[in-house]
Amino acid sequence: MATQHSRTAARAMMAPAVVLLLGWMLVPLIMTLYFSFKKYLPLRGGDLGWVGFDNYVRFVSSSSFWPSVQTTLLIVGAVLVITIALGVLLALLLDQPMFGQGIVRILVIAPFFVMPTVSALIWKNMFMDANYGLFAYLWEFFGAEPVAWMSQASIQSIIMIVSWQWLPFATLILLTAIQSLDSEQLEASEMDGATTLKRFWHIVLPHLSRAITVVLLIQTIFLLSIFAEIFVTTGGAFGSKTLTYLIFQRVLESQNVGLGSAGGVYAIILANIVAIFLMRIVGKNLDK
Amino acid sequence: MGKIVLNQVTKSFGDTQVIPPLDLTIEDGEFTVFVGPSGCGKSTLLRLIAGLEDVSSGSIEIAGREATQLKPAQRELAMVFQSYALYPHMSVRKNIAFPLKMAKMDKAEIDRRVESAADILNLTDYLERRPGQLSGGQRQRVAIGRAIVREPSAFLFDEPLSNLDAALRVGMRLEISELHKRLSTTMIYVTHDQVEAMTMATKIVVLRAGVIEQVGSPLELYNTPRNRFVAGFIGSPKMNFIEGALAAEHDAHCIGIRPEHIDVSATEGSIQGTINVSEHLGSDTFFHVNCEALNTTLTVRVDGEVGFNRGDTVFLTPKSDLIHRFDEQGLRL
Amino acid sequence: MARAVTTQRKLINTGLAWAIGLLIFFPILWTILTSFKSEGQAIADPPLFLFFDWTLENYAIVQERSDYGKYLMNSIIIAGGSTVLGVLIALPAAWSMAFVPSRRTKDILLWMLSTKMLPAVGVLYPIYLIFIELKLLDSHLGLTIVLMLINLPIIVWMLYTYFKEIPGEILEAARMDGASLKNEILYVLTPMAVPGIASTMLLSLILAWNEAFWTLNLTAAKAAPLTAFIASYSSPEGLFYAKLSAASTMAIAPILILGWFSQKQLVRGLTFGAVK
Repeated sequence: MATQHSRTAARAMMAPAVVLLLGWMLVPLIMTLYFSFKKYLPLRGGDLGWVGFDNYVRFVSSSSFWPSVQTTLLIVGAVLVITIALGVLLALLLDQPMFGQGIVRILVIAPFFVMPTVSALIWKNMFMDANYGLFAYLWEFFGAEPVAWMSQASIQSIIMIVSWQWLPFATLILLTAIQSLDSEQLEASEMDGATTLKRFWHIVLPHLSRAITVVLLIQTIFLLSIFAEIFVTTGGAFGSKTLTYLIFQRVLESQNVGLGSAGGVYAIILANIVAIFLMRIVGKNLDK
Repeated sequence: MGKIVLNQVTKSFGDTQVIPPLDLTIEDGEFTVFVGPSGCGKSTLLRLIAGLEDVSSGSIEIAGREATQLKPAQRELAMVFQSYALYPHMSVRKNIAFPLKMAKMDKAEIDRRVESAADILNLTDYLERRPGQLSGGQRQRVAIGRAIVREPSAFLFDEPLSNLDAALRVGMRLEISELHKRLSTTMIYVTHDQVEAMTMATKIVVLRAGVIEQVGSPLELYNTPRNRFVAGFIGSPKMNFIEGALAAEHDAHCIGIRPEHIDVSATEGSIQGTINVSEHLGSDTFFHVNCEALNTTLTVRVDGEVGFNRGDTVFLTPKSDLIHRFDEQGLRL
Repeated sequence: MARAVTTQRKLINTGLAWAIGLLIFFPILWTILTSFKSEGQAIADPPLFLFFDWTLENYAIVQERSDYGKYLMNSIIIAGGSTVLGVLIALPAAWSMAFVPSRRTKDILLWMLSTKMLPAVGVLYPIYLIFIELKLLDSHLGLTIVLMLINLPIIVWMLYTYFKEIPGEILEAARMDGASLKNEILYVLTPMAVPGIASTMLLSLILAWNEAFWTLNLTAAKAAPLTAFIASYSSPEGLFYAKLSAASTMAIAPILILGWFSQKQLVRGLTFGAVK
């Protein structure tokens, strides 16, 4: 029924969404590019003229640049691995028959509702504080020296907090996918003599590949831009500065818009590399 | 009234022509079945008539009106879909009433028609249920109910029984045939099952790759198939085809003989063979006989009482007046 | 795996799942419990679980110190507004992508998702300037628009997948039954899509409610939502656990309650419509 008339109507219906997103993408992008070639210090003289690629060179040669890229990739990668691995195990468990499945599911989903600022605050203060945190009590109870999480293990702490926030999402998607697995397939493989482990490896895991892709895609989108978790906990100190946070500091704290914009362009390039890589997998996997 | 004429109709998807120029006339009141293997274009043809696909060229005339450019709803046709396509959020009553509501018919008349359709289809007790609460057969009847309340000039059925189990299918086959007798409205029915075609049709259209291979009554197709394709497609078990010397004896490239037109004897006959498999259906028995001389296996259908077993040597004799002869192109001689 | 399982096995599953569930939920539970303690009991050694002097005074103090009601209203206006606006813009787009697909539909969809990957921080300053220019800084309208744009790709994507699930034959049946495009959308499509739209709105609401980059950077006092309310407790002088807990509980309670009441739609929504 795709007549010429309905095509035109369809295009018109898509227009608002497309135009808005195009504007949302292009206008700030072009402005960022513009600023990135300028020496621009809003509080110290404003626009001080064109400087070519100076900002780009300075941003990269700054001692915090490479560590921040590493930190970003480390946090994103670690959270992805942790949430997907634990998510698969948890989904397998929740798929088993049990009493009160609905309530357990609510308990497991709950962290997703908690806003990042809140979860960062309660983890930082009530659990990870070296004096009054619950972990400190636990460590002391077992005779160990309490850890000053935020300063001694800042990246690990942030990874832990963010994983806690995203585990529900991974679990839920994977659980939904497991529930759609045809039980006859499992029974057939059982008849063929496959052990539980082999059944998981050869049947359950391949069945989950699409769901895992979705988790990968969506979580990466959100994780690349985590901000509140760092803003509230370490404020970027103790080696926990991500690229996002570094740029944030350049723009807002040191009020160097030119330099920050150059950093923004780097961040956009990094995001695009990840995006191209992800879209390849996803495009392939979603066509199934 | 419900006469449908297709004139040089073609359909292409992109560069692929799925229906080459095709002419077909369906007379008023006929029960026409489009039959053919999957991918033969029978469903596309039905959707062209329904108006769910635009024809690439040619014209369609429905009930004396030029209909090529008409929207589906304006063609006054009703369709029963393979998946039934019931509206899951509406009760059975609302499902059946939907086309009437869309036609802005008044409430009393809608109620009257829905009740009478429900009565015909034994759905009266289920009117307030949702489709999800019905069995496959009942859903099928709701879909038919939704079609008949509109009193259309023709009904279109797209493989409506393929989602039902075997026993229900036989029952619904009968019900649809009775419905046709009662309403005597034109019906076009698409199926890949030649048994449905043979039992229900007044006219069968055999399609292959978008081309009409033959049009005729069920018995015409059975008795005088125009070519090897139709001969092989109509009839169950399938017709046996023999090429080579035996065919040459009959002045043909190939001869066809239906399993039920072969006599079996333990002692004498023209072709010797060994029974490979025997299938006992009770009333009938099918033998698959391995004939070494012909280098082929022939299927034979005999009475249920005939007492041969696997491994027995038998002699087969085709009834000479019921042999079909075909030339190199597979056309009937 | 619809197979009879021994009661013993079921009990083991139950125990394990409950233990893990409670462990995951524990930080939230602990926060809620602490919010009812006095400051002294909040840091008692050993920690107190249930047997302490329950008090509501923390809530009173938090309310007095920072006007909770104002922040709550701001969150409702911004998250609700951006969700409604987003769905209104996404509905026609998702409809046309699902039912009148062209060769480029899939590309457009992936492009939309990819705009989500643009790091917000890269464009923070330009947006900041635009907001100053248009006098949108610290305004409801400005934040509503930004959050709508952030979530728009996800909303389009989800609605598209829900529409895709509606079998084409049903829409064809409606066409055969004489329904105009308007009636087809009104009587057939919309009722069938309502659960999907509800799930989408719920997810969009949660994402907007919890968004913490733009809400922290584009607001000051007037339009600041709950993310800003809670961020004010991160400064060292605010380090009183009981009050922090009370403030946290107040910030997450609305969405937690909403989420639990609409669990069924939410579970569907949380999968972003991508997994059946």
